[in-house]
Amino acid sequence: MSSDTITREQAYITYLLRLADDRLILGQRVSEWCGHGPVLEEDLALANMALDLIGHASALYGHAADIEGEGHDEDYFAYFRDDYEFTNLQLCELPKGDFAFTIARQFLFSSFSYFQYERLKKAKDEQFAGIIKKHLKEIKYHLRHSRDWVLRLGDGTEESHKRIQNAFDEIWMYVDELFYTDQIDELILADGNGADLISFKEEWKKLVEETLTEATLTVPDWDQFMMSGSRTGMHTEHLGHILAQMQFLRRSHPDADWK
Amino acid sequence: METQQQLDDFQARIDAGEKIEPKDWMPERYRQQLTRMGSQHAHSEIVGMLPEGNWIGRAPSLKRKLVLLAKVQDEAGHGLYLYSAIETLGESRANMIDQYLYGSAKYSSIFNYPTLSYADVCVIGWLVDGAAIVNQTKLAHCSYGPYARANLRICKEESFHKKQGYEMVAKMAEGIPAQRKMVQDAVNRFWWPTLMMFGPHDSDSPNSEELIKWQIKLNTNDELRQHFVDRVVMEAGAIGLTLPDHDLKFNEETGHWEMGEMPWDEFWNVVKGNGVMNRERMKARRNAHENGAWVREAAQAYARKKKLSREKAS
Repeated sequence: MSSDTITREQAYITYLLRLADDRLILGQRVSEWCGHGPVLEEDLALANMALDLIGHASALYGHAADIEGEGHDEDYFAYFRDDYEFTNLQLCELPKGDFAFTIARQFLFSSFSYFQYERLKKAKDEQFAGIIKKHLKEIKYHLRHSRDWVLRLGDGTEESHKRIQNAFDEIWMYVDELFYTDQIDELILADGNGADLISFKEEWKKLVEETLTEATLTVPDWDQFMMSGSRTGMHTEHLGHILAQMQFLRRSHPDADWK
Repeated sequence: METQQQLDDFQARIDAGEKIEPKDWMPERYRQQLTRMGSQHAHSEIVGMLPEGNWIGRAPSLKRKLVLLAKVQDEAGHGLYLYSAIETLGESRANMIDQYLYGSAKYSSIFNYPTLSYADVCVIGWLVDGAAIVNQTKLAHCSYGPYARANLRICKEESFHKKQGYEMVAKMAEGIPAQRKMVQDAVNRFWWPTLMMFGPHDSDSPNSEELIKWQIKLNTNDELRQHFVDRVVMEAGAIGLTLPDHDLKFNEETGHWEMGEMPWDEFWNVVKGNGVMNRERMKARRNAHENGAWVREAAQAYARKKKLSREKAS
């Protein structure tokens, strides 16, 4: 995609879809815990986070549909696109793993989202800014909740320490993508609707490092090999299975009213 | 030892409509019966997350996915209120959970049926939550204060679930042929199991008399079931769904709908553990509990460490 072939409107839609896809796919993953949490309070908390994430995605898809103006709705983007059309981070689509993996991922994603949304809330598009402000409150809760658990697990027992350390080690090669930017970001940033990711990269890294250190964990190597490609449609094979599950009923009966 | 005077005084309080609170004197048997019934109620909320949770990933619109997630989350919340209410009787949550995962405590058999289509979760909202509301609305007036208040709170959320369930059932009933077929099939499968949620006939319900005497239960199983059927027949008729009971007929004299004989053999079979999903449900809950042990231990160890360092600092 080059900037001379893409309109500002297309860029904005792509920008919104990237945000929404992350949240839908992660929400779908987190919802897998429903009824299977380690303790009842976590069943509630995880269901609540999944609910927030999918709710955020739905609002962003809805806004993208409004801008697109082709009569689509939020469901169109969730249910009628294929793997290569999804632009969520690979980080979000990885299987839920054990509770430590779920927490490590949530902490990384929520802390990133927090900084990102703090910038997006100043967007020129008032409707978009309104959505962001509303969701930011929930993101703060996700960050607090997942950070508390990183501390508990890291500084809990020998087993929990080992598990959460493994989780961070395993997921580390997916974190660089959080800060991926291309022409889409540049265009949207120039329009006053984007978040300058680089502006908070150091601040985010500091929060992550301080949290891991407080949790008596070792910060994995930032300079190791890092995955890339999600934002332009490169995914692990896990995504296809998420979509197969998520979309099957809707696609089996596309003419039915399911709202 | 309980004296007759204590028992009589207790009964007088119940008969006067007073609420019994945790620190009040109560017969040991009252405590036992409430603990048994209330913890069973709590376990049901928790196991109840599984059949509906089965469709969160596949819900056919984002709106319906959110509705379902919120509902399952509410059920976890109901489990929490109920465990907390019953803990005031002196039984710990950990013990109650042990009793149902590894002991003889039961949960509602309705959750041992599988959810085969998305319509099932809608019908569960309409019928199963509808039946639960009939029970819980009564329990909200029962004699034990904490349990009554927990039920009152639950009822508010359950009514919302039932409304959402019926709304989607109605939508499917007037939808495309595939939706109509799905929803009628779900009603066919869930009708009798829902009616059996009210428990055996009064004549086969050994605990009922004592529970009613103490106002732990306010109505008999058959009374509650009749109340439910009278309402649902109207609701089904309004949206053109057929209830799978050929003997269902209106009795002009009593003003009630009379039902055919329920398939009790199946009911007892499921109660004994032979339902399609009994083993799966228990396995899922045991796995969640056992796989979560290290998480609970970590949280406790961390809390201990923090407490210790706070004590050192002060």
